[in-house]
Amino acid sequence: MASIPADKHGTGSVENLPPHETYRHAEHFRNAADEFDAAKMGVWLFLATEVLLFSGLFVFYGVMRMLHPEAFIHGSSLLDWRWGLFNTIVLLLSSFTVADAVRCAQSGDQKGLKRNIVLTFILGTAFLLIKFIFEYAPKYAEGKLPGAFFSYPNWESPYEPLWWGLYWGATGIHASHVVVGMGLFIWLYIRAKKGHFGPKHYTAVEGVGLYWHIVDIVWIFLFPMLYLIH
Amino acid sequence: MASITDTKVGSHGHDHHHDESFLTPKSTMWATIIDWATTVDHKKIGLMYLVTILFMFLLGGLAALAVRLELLEPTRTVQTMLADGSVKTVIEGQLFTVAGAANVADSNNLYNKIFTLHGLIMVFLVIVPSVPASLGNFFIPLMLGAKDVAFPRLNLASWYIYLIGSFFAIASALVGGVDTGWTFYTPYSTMTDEGHWKVVFMILSAFILGFSSILTGLNFIVTVHKLRAPGMGWFDMPLFIWGMYGTSLIQVLATPVIGITLLLLVFERLFHIGIFDPRMGGDPVLFQHFFWFYSHPVVYVMILPGMAIMSELIAVFCRKKVFGYRAVAFSSLAIAAIAFVVWGHHMFTAQGEVASAIFSALTFLVALPSAVKVFNWIATLYKGSISLKTPMWYALGFLFLFSIGGLTGLFLGTLSVDLHLHDTYFVVAHFHYVMMGGTIIAFVGGLHMWWPKMFGKMYNEFWGQIGFWLVFLGFNLTFFPQFIMGVHGMPRRYASYVDEFTIYHQLSTYGSWMLLAGFLVHLFNFIYSLAAGPKAPPNPWGGLSLEWTDADSPPTTHNFSHDPIVTHGPYDFDDVVPPQTKPGEFPLPAPLPAGARAH
Repeated sequence: MASIPADKHGTGSVENLPPHETYRHAEHFRNAADEFDAAKMGVWLFLATEVLLFSGLFVFYGVMRMLHPEAFIHGSSLLDWRWGLFNTIVLLLSSFTVADAVRCAQSGDQKGLKRNIVLTFILGTAFLLIKFIFEYAPKYAEGKLPGAFFSYPNWESPYEPLWWGLYWGATGIHASHVVVGMGLFIWLYIRAKKGHFGPKHYTAVEGVGLYWHIVDIVWIFLFPMLYLIH
Repeated sequence: MASITDTKVGSHGHDHHHDESFLTPKSTMWATIIDWATTVDHKKIGLMYLVTILFMFLLGGLAALAVRLELLEPTRTVQTMLADGSVKTVIEGQLFTVAGAANVADSNNLYNKIFTLHGLIMVFLVIVPSVPASLGNFFIPLMLGAKDVAFPRLNLASWYIYLIGSFFAIASALVGGVDTGWTFYTPYSTMTDEGHWKVVFMILSAFILGFSSILTGLNFIVTVHKLRAPGMGWFDMPLFIWGMYGTSLIQVLATPVIGITLLLLVFERLFHIGIFDPRMGGDPVLFQHFFWFYSHPVVYVMILPGMAIMSELIAVFCRKKVFGYRAVAFSSLAIAAIAFVVWGHHMFTAQGEVASAIFSALTFLVALPSAVKVFNWIATLYKGSISLKTPMWYALGFLFLFSIGGLTGLFLGTLSVDLHLHDTYFVVAHFHYVMMGGTIIAFVGGLHMWWPKMFGKMYNEFWGQIGFWLVFLGFNLTFFPQFIMGVHGMPRRYASYVDEFTIYHQLSTYGSWMLLAGFLVHLFNFIYSLAAGPKAPPNPWGGLSLEWTDADSPPTTHNFSHDPIVTHGPYDFDDVVPPQTKPGEFPLPAPLPAGARAH
């Protein structure tokens, strides 16, 4: 977010140096440190908006659960907590690899940086595949669907369509964040391959890393709320 | 200022191009258009926002005039006649789907759609972005002594997002319009227009505009934190910046909540998830809570920028330090904080008694920081050297209108009184006195004060003041009668009314025409000034903030020909400016000796 491509300002008078060595900050900042701090602050503010977005969702969950606890308890019992736990582990691992990517960028380990970006991407893909193949697809087939599309025969509370609405809504919005993250990792990988990141300049790696952590944290809340509380 | 251009310094050097005005066109027309469309210059983005917002203001204003026209007579007027076919128009049957409809119900639906359109355009497309995105974008970096906002490309992105959001709003109107009111209350927004895209388009529009709003706010917060000129501490900033900072905080913290709410509303419409539908166990009142948890803070996103401009207008045209700088600065933050705990006063009839009593009490708290500001501005006027130019007239107009708007808000915050007044024209008059009498009046005043700085041309003072009086009197004529008929029981959002309200409605409609005349005078005055106005000096009003003292009119592409250093406060008129020799004069601060700015 808000990082300036390294080739924007001047073409680097020193031959054969990677772009991250010759990076020049955007002209309206006094120095690169200010630019880095500003970008980081921008990302944190953006994360604050994400937290508030999901807080709204959690409040909806709380209110609906209070109104219809029986629907939520039965609905929740139809989820397989093992897939939820497995995906939690997958995402936590990806949080580790993305943190390691930032460390590699800071220490100039280009190989490690690229490896960690690829690993994080693979873990994100795994999360989505598990979600779609083992969770979404069977539920879709069984009619465990939101509101008007609900056709699951073995319901116990007439308000279960509401539960499925929140389940699909919450996990869907979270999954869309994962997809955005994957796009960001592709972008990071391309830039890392060009040598844009190093000890002097790794703003984008740090920013995407922070974003990925918030995506994980949201899941850390969603997992017990949807799968575990009975 | 010309006298110090020889002292320019900068870490990357300057070529000749950067010393030109940012308005200088490129060699060909296409090059100029592409330059503007891809610019990351906060000044150009601010102007592009200004033009689009003024265009939307025109659209929203036309809808308002249509509403007033319908209300000119108790029952049958223009829209009725359009509906029953007694008036033929070229747009009949296309713009509004009422062709051939021969009953009153259809014309009432049309009325509902037009006031909804008015509300949606004015709230989401005009007032929320108005001051921050246009004047804020242009002047925050200049006042801070920065070359740009922190994230210039996000800034441009926010403008394009605004355009996309506007597109959806207008598309929704063109395919038939929505009649939910600007609040999208469920079940209006989920039950009406079944199977159609109009409501979804409109909700998407508000959702998309939210991103634009968040990006602007986020950008400003980081800019204020990281890009202040050397020597400018938090309490050396012009109060405009403090107001904008409070605004931005609310934009960033409140908008995501409406984001998730509108998203769920779209899900509700598309997939019937039932969250707002009592038949499926949902709760329609929950929508109101979430809507107002955003939309009440956003009321302060609308008024805080007006207050921010006020501090500058009063200081510059009274040539005096703003009384109680810190109190004014902190009251902006206090308003931003209280904004988040008063949403329930929009729902006195939709929640329990205890909750209503608590929200009523909290609501009164808002009056405190608002009054701190108003009293401090009045104290600033005392013994100031007041120059009654158009911007100062607007500042005085703000004090008058905002005081009425603010005080009538207390009526509505009082539970027992609100029982009688809620959903009447008293409410309509109240929020127009705050939103229009506050924000729009300050916006137009600020536009006049900063016009010479933005375009390098002076506007015509005589016609500026004629415009002011038309707007000011027209405004009061439009909205003051609405207080009276509201107290007498005229409900809002009705297309027809009983005969006894006729005189108030007619006065109100005549007032709306006067308002139109006033704004047209301003518009032609501005256009004439661009075409043939006298050239503006860098500091026509003798202001002391950096955009006046250190930048050209219009500013150069890089804002300053040197890196500004702050040597005095934005309002230290007593210390750095020689006293007036005759009233109405604007003595300039003494220029620093050459070389003093290099560091």
